[in-house]
Amino acid sequence: MNWNWEIILEYFPRLIDGVWVTLQLVFISGIAGLLLAVPLALMRTSHRTWLRALPFAYIFFFRGTPLLVQIFLIYYGSSQFEAIRASALWSILREPYWCAIIAFTLNTAAYSAELIRGAIQAVPKGELEAADAFGMSHWLKVRRIVLPRAFGIVLPAYGNELILMLKGSSLASTITLLDITGAARTIIARTYTPLEIFFAAGMLYLLISAIMIGAFRLLERRLNRHQHYRGPEQVSRVDPRLAE
Amino acid sequence: MDLLGFGDLLLSGTWVTIKLALTSLFFGLIFGLVGASAKLSRFWFARTLATLYTTFVRGIPELLLVLTIYFGGSVMLMAVASRFGYDEYIEISAFGAGVAALSIAFGAYSTEVFRAAIQAIPKGQWESAQALGMTPLKTFFRIILPQVWRLALPGLGNLFQVLLKDTALVSVVGLNDIMRQAYVATGSTKQPFTFYMAAALIYLGLTIMSTLISTWLERRADPAVREAQA
Repeated sequence: MNWNWEIILEYFPRLIDGVWVTLQLVFISGIAGLLLAVPLALMRTSHRTWLRALPFAYIFFFRGTPLLVQIFLIYYGSSQFEAIRASALWSILREPYWCAIIAFTLNTAAYSAELIRGAIQAVPKGELEAADAFGMSHWLKVRRIVLPRAFGIVLPAYGNELILMLKGSSLASTITLLDITGAARTIIARTYTPLEIFFAAGMLYLLISAIMIGAFRLLERRLNRHQHYRGPEQVSRVDPRLAE
Repeated sequence: MDLLGFGDLLLSGTWVTIKLALTSLFFGLIFGLVGASAKLSRFWFARTLATLYTTFVRGIPELLLVLTIYFGGSVMLMAVASRFGYDEYIEISAFGAGVAALSIAFGAYSTEVFRAAIQAIPKGQWESAQALGMTPLKTFFRIILPQVWRLALPGLGNLFQVLLKDTALVSVVGLNDIMRQAYVATGSTKQPFTFYMAAALIYLGLTIMSTLISTWLERRADPAVREAQA
């Protein structure tokens, strides 16, 4: 077997085109998923049973079934219904790109909602009592205390979820999208050099996840800066090595 | 449930999925144990190798792993075979490629679970086993592993659920699992929603079952619970 570096270089621009598609899929569905996850998580922490039941069923379904089934259900499944095909929705649901985004959004929303619920429940009780003591209304408390604190708590876990989604985005290639994996598959269909091209694709995924991990470290330091806070008396204290 | 006459087909697919998941679990656990031992090894080379393994495998998509092993595996095997004068075309079965890819992925994640569990066991136990004259290997199998099992179970249960859902990816290279059979049924009935929903519900049933089994195992592995019941 001879390893062929030239073939990687020759088709590298095609893989880079795939990187853009992958990044679009991850970021658009990541943001949409987060917007959907926050109300779901708030409903999950509600005191009313009926309000808790709905997101529970949703989360249970999307976490209990493979992402591939969810993509196929939306992309192929929607064509079964005449009503959908006749409606305005069809112009969206017939595009694999939007189907992938809808599937990833619904999927990541289910996983992130569970993470955010855990974070909301981890907000210290004393801070909620302090907010009550200030006379904050329920929604003001949620907006100013619960959610900002929960975001700081959830961040490391959410970084992992985003990386899982990056890996999951490769499934978009099964509904003809040319993301990194899809681009690699079309290149291989022409050149028949699976090892070289899949290796290059794998390296691109590794690089993207490494960048994402780094970005989340920075964001975490920023959002949780209260944990690294050093008061003036600590900062101005003389270095113990000097005070001899 | 008849499902327009395709119920049996889906059922046979379910059986293939279960076989794939359990076979990959078996090899994945071995990879994980070997990986964890390598990560905690005294030898620099073994530690580096294990770190490379977990970093690479956890960083690339499982689908890419399945495709690489299915398409790249035959290229590699043919290259090796041609050295020995065999120049025919070699094809890897979808099941074999699936087991290889899923157990490599499961192994990478379970390496971390096993490593954390082994490290959670007090060092004094190694020392007292040594004082009793046990070899390190004997200590590992008689003293450490039975306790690692209990500590690692919750993590392994979660990983098995991920593995179960990842088996769907092997349908992409043509394995006759639930997904593939649902696709076949869709082809002649033109009812994709019905069959993919049926597939989704079967997967949901399988994940519920695996959750029940892993909670049962966790309870059984906990001596406090076991003694309380006796």
